Amino acid sequence: MRAVVIQFPGSNADFDARDALGRVLGVHTATVFHRETTLPAGTDLVVLPGGFSYGDALRPGAIARTAPVMAAVRRHAERGAFVLGICNGFQILTESKMLPGALTRNAHQRFESRDVSVRVDADGPFTAGLRGRTLRLPVAHAEGRFVADPETLARLDGEGLVALRYVAAEGPLAYNPNGAMRDIAGLYGGPRRNVLGLMPHPERRAEAALGGTDGALLFHAVSRVVASAGRV
Amino acid sequence: MLGRVLVTLKREVLDPQGDAVARGLAALDLSGVRGVRVGKVIEVSLDPGLDRDAALALLNAAADGFLANPVLETWSVELVDEAASP
Repeated sequence: MRAVVIQFPGSNADFDARDALGRVLGVHTATVFHRETTLPAGTDLVVLPGGFSYGDALRPGAIARTAPVMAAVRRHAERGAFVLGICNGFQILTESKMLPGALTRNAHQRFESRDVSVRVDADGPFTAGLRGRTLRLPVAHAEGRFVADPETLARLDGEGLVALRYVAAEGPLAYNPNGAMRDIAGLYGGPRRNVLGLMPHPERRAEAALGGTDGALLFHAVSRVVASAGRV
Repeated sequence: MLGRVLVTLKREVLDPQGDAVARGLAALDLSGVRGVRVGKVIEVSLDPGLDRDAALALLNAAADGFLANPVLETWSVELVDEAASP
């Protein structure tokens, strides 16, 4: 698998994603600057990383969706190739309409930086073999509350596109860290579930030295799909 | 010519920022407030060569999906006479 991480001005988890993919998982990983208009030949996975692209001007992800590189990312997704949006990357995907709904201010107005439990609720390339499993992953965001109209929510559940849902965990803190509708933490989209957006940070929980390896499961899963199916 | 886009949260969308402002007002003993919703005003300087209809069309195009996110927000647009504005 060949991965690229898009770097926007204000991205701050781009190096985390490169480190998890490149050093920990041994995936060939490169950084692509937001001003580029094409992706490197042979790119299998595009990661839109966490951070505060363009200082969250207007809304998180709103300016990033106008970046030159995003036309290439959209083409990549539309032909069924893999796109992973983490945190700000998820916000960029909803602002780009590559995923439905929107992510807005946490219901309690606080920045949440802690571990949460999320249950894998859908099959797909990033969660192959993981359905039903609960993962412990860190979140770090102020605007992660997923909002969509009732018709969209019904469709997402009806089509089984809710990839990850916040679920109850030990401890005094609310299990849903932001008030997301239907406890939605991650969503599949794209023509063959090749697009995944999620608020938690799998790249920050990809090796035991950082507290666990649950995050690596998502990268391993998509890597296996690429290895078995070949390039799209 | 100055365009003004007023972006407001849809009624059904929870506004925790507005709630925090309302609590602040209560703490200042400004009674009589039943609730607060926070939106934003975006002022856009426009090419003076644009006629009114073209200017309004431009502002609506800018608002629809970019200055406002239709999942969360609604908007209205207006043109302001700059000579009359402060």
